[in-house]
Amino acid sequence: MEQQQSAIRCSGITKTFGSVVANDGIELEVRYGEILALLGENGSGKTTLMNMISGIYHPDEGQIYVDDTPVSIASPMDAQNLGIGMIHQHFKLVEVFSAMENIVLGTPGKLPSKRELRAQVRQLSLEYGLEIDPEKPVYEMSVSEKQTVEILKVLYRGAKILILDEPTAVLTPQETEKLFAILRQMRAQGCAVIIITHKLGEVLSISDRVTILRKGRTISTVQTSQMDAASLTEQMVGRSVSLSIRRPEPKNVQTILQVVDLTVQKPDGSIGLDDVSFTIRSGEILGVAGIAGSGQKELCETIAGLLPAKEGAVLYHKENILNKTPEQIIDLGISMSFVPEDRLGMGLVASMGMTDNMLLKSYRNGKGPFVNRAPARELAKKLVEKLSIVTPGVETPVRLMSGGNVQKVLLGREIESQPNLLITAYPVRGLDIHSSYTIYDLLNEQKEKGVAVVFIGEDLDVLLELCDRIMVLCHGKVTGIVDAASTTKEQIGLMMTGEMNQQEKEEQ
Amino acid sequence: MTTSSNMSHEPLFHVVKHQERSAVQVLLLRLVAVVCSILAGGVFIWAIGYNPFAVYGTILEGAFRSEMAIQATVKFTIPMCICALAVTLAFKMKFWNVGGEGQLIVGAIFASYFALFCADWNHWVLVVVMLVAGAVGGGLWGLLAAGFKVKFGTNETLLTLMLNYIALHIVSYLQAGPWRDPGANGFSKIARFAKNVALDKVLGVHFGWIIMLVLVAAVWVYLKYTKQGYEISVVGESQDTARYAGIHVKRVILRTMFLSGAIAGIAGACQVAGSDMTLSMGVAGGVGFTGIIIAWLCQLNPGMILVVSFLFGVLEKGSSVVQSTFGLSSDCADVLQGIILFFILGSEFFVRYSFVFRHKKGGAR
Repeated sequence: MEQQQSAIRCSGITKTFGSVVANDGIELEVRYGEILALLGENGSGKTTLMNMISGIYHPDEGQIYVDDTPVSIASPMDAQNLGIGMIHQHFKLVEVFSAMENIVLGTPGKLPSKRELRAQVRQLSLEYGLEIDPEKPVYEMSVSEKQTVEILKVLYRGAKILILDEPTAVLTPQETEKLFAILRQMRAQGCAVIIITHKLGEVLSISDRVTILRKGRTISTVQTSQMDAASLTEQMVGRSVSLSIRRPEPKNVQTILQVVDLTVQKPDGSIGLDDVSFTIRSGEILGVAGIAGSGQKELCETIAGLLPAKEGAVLYHKENILNKTPEQIIDLGISMSFVPEDRLGMGLVASMGMTDNMLLKSYRNGKGPFVNRAPARELAKKLVEKLSIVTPGVETPVRLMSGGNVQKVLLGREIESQPNLLITAYPVRGLDIHSSYTIYDLLNEQKEKGVAVVFIGEDLDVLLELCDRIMVLCHGKVTGIVDAASTTKEQIGLMMTGEMNQQEKEEQ
Repeated sequence: MTTSSNMSHEPLFHVVKHQERSAVQVLLLRLVAVVCSILAGGVFIWAIGYNPFAVYGTILEGAFRSEMAIQATVKFTIPMCICALAVTLAFKMKFWNVGGEGQLIVGAIFASYFALFCADWNHWVLVVVMLVAGAVGGGLWGLLAAGFKVKFGTNETLLTLMLNYIALHIVSYLQAGPWRDPGANGFSKIARFAKNVALDKVLGVHFGWIIMLVLVAAVWVYLKYTKQGYEISVVGESQDTARYAGIHVKRVILRTMFLSGAIAGIAGACQVAGSDMTLSMGVAGGVGFTGIIIAWLCQLNPGMILVVSFLFGVLEKGSSVVQSTFGLSSDCADVLQGIILFFILGSEFFVRYSFVFRHKKGGAR
């Protein structure tokens, strides 16, 4: 491969936030006509670095070169003028505008006529192989269409250097393949592409070179073709890690909850769950897959009794537990634990220490008007030891702890309440590899103890390896309940978009 | 290195968020803010043509020069401190109760009813009934705003603020109409209460100050050690978490706002029966708002509220002496209060952020 001209080169970039060194002398180079993957665990400084390139932060030290010329990027506008376009993880689109209105929004100069604009957008779409209806309003678009608009937006502004921050997090496997085809097309057109990700499979399939960051430093930049998943992980984590997840054989499987024809409305009145039926069994892990926002949140919150159901029932030995208070449910012999998606906003009180967070569900225990903190403190200390939680002390506010430790506090508290049903929503989101595996082990431990575990996940590879059965949701409907060991990622992907509907016949 | 044309692009400074500062650093920061505010206040006094040292000296001297002066300072402190405690309960729940003023007034109205029409009761029975009536009146006034909030999701800041004016004008109606003193030669005012009504003096000041001390301790214990106090903290931090923990959010909001209003109402009862010996339009005189300032300055810490309320009492009493000595309007005290608040609240910014200037690279490390 011939050496192309350098698009962006970062030299010795350092950025600190207080005592936290987010970037420490980073070296990175991307050339025109190549796709560079930026790989690193959460907190390794990927997003900070990209934010400096796109003008959101300013480096404390070091120099950024664009086209081999030293530049100072003080604002996103500067970045745009230098031909740099960033596609953020969270889309920044005006919902009520059409695709082309969003594309032209904020560009300097006179607004082109509708006809002109449509022609321009069509031309761009053709050039890069993007499919979009320029007139379609954003609120009617799927996630992948919105992403296409975001890409067109930066291309319209003349970007030759594209940065994508975890673009596949919200996509199905099929949509990811489509996105990758687009990126390859861009590479062929001579663009430079940086893709941020922590999924190894994607790095291997799309990138030409990969730069690995760890704890704010550049560890290495290598040709992707010379690497495999194991060697990439080793560089990313700093030591070799076994990537397989244990799946013990389910024992003593018994139905404990039967969800029948459950329909739930979201607070805004739209349908969250639509006629959902399935069973939850003790001694196994039930995975729930689906594109973000397909009803997972409503599913958890309804079973946990936080959201009222419109129709349907959740049966425990023919007794409907919907609309019962937690106390009544416990009296029936179900002890439910719920680890919500929003750990600091729902599962824990961010400004309180571990002790006070242990109290959250047990502060009512004991007579009298006063809270008894002694047992909570003991429990907090026990958890710190048992789960090797890193914290300056059990009174330190949990918001100051790292994501992995916060999750251990939450999951630890819920497991300590000896549940027989454990519902976990995205329990490894934002966690590094080591913490993720600790969580998988904890869940397996519960499963072996005979607890019914529900695991809402987003990484299909993990769902397929960890869970016994997988239920797939699409727009609030169940499109399949399958045996994890005999299903492929592609099949699940098709069910996630509703293109395949495979309701497994469950013997009751 | 970079070319100069690129360098000119770099902003003069940028704002950097840094790690949490330790308690000592935060305290130091606040002290610096207080010193700065005193300096700025001095500049203000100097600018309007007075000697700042003399004025500051007079404020201190005026507040402490005699036993009577100290007693007057304490008398100023009582309503401010109790009101600050009242809003502390609501603020802890992130319920922005700016209606301390109105809740105090309604408490004062309720207490005044018994002071005016049951003056012949046994003294201690009457005193207890007045305090309870004050608490109930203020509590109901607080509950009104909370009720609308949980039922219809109204904005509590606006509602409590508007209720202040309604309460004030109820007093205006009472003194012009039903409760008007027939012996006042046509002036619309309410009669002076009978001697039997007056709160007893302890060490020369009505015993409202003992109530104040008890409330400081009670609010501190309530927030820190009781189950209900714990519920308030959880609801204040995140209603989703509260729901998740099985806390009845609405019930907590109603209960806490009743208590918050009740404490302000007690301040109202102490004010009419201890200090003013009548009910007038000036019964609150802004202490409901000063209480908000104090609670905020003290970060809702009851012990600090006591100390800072006393300092505000010194400022109030001292400025009244400054007024008579220098002929300087007591509104200047309000200006000084404003300056102090400006600096302290401004210092909050530096608790979390700092500036990094151009060329001084990596300054936040």
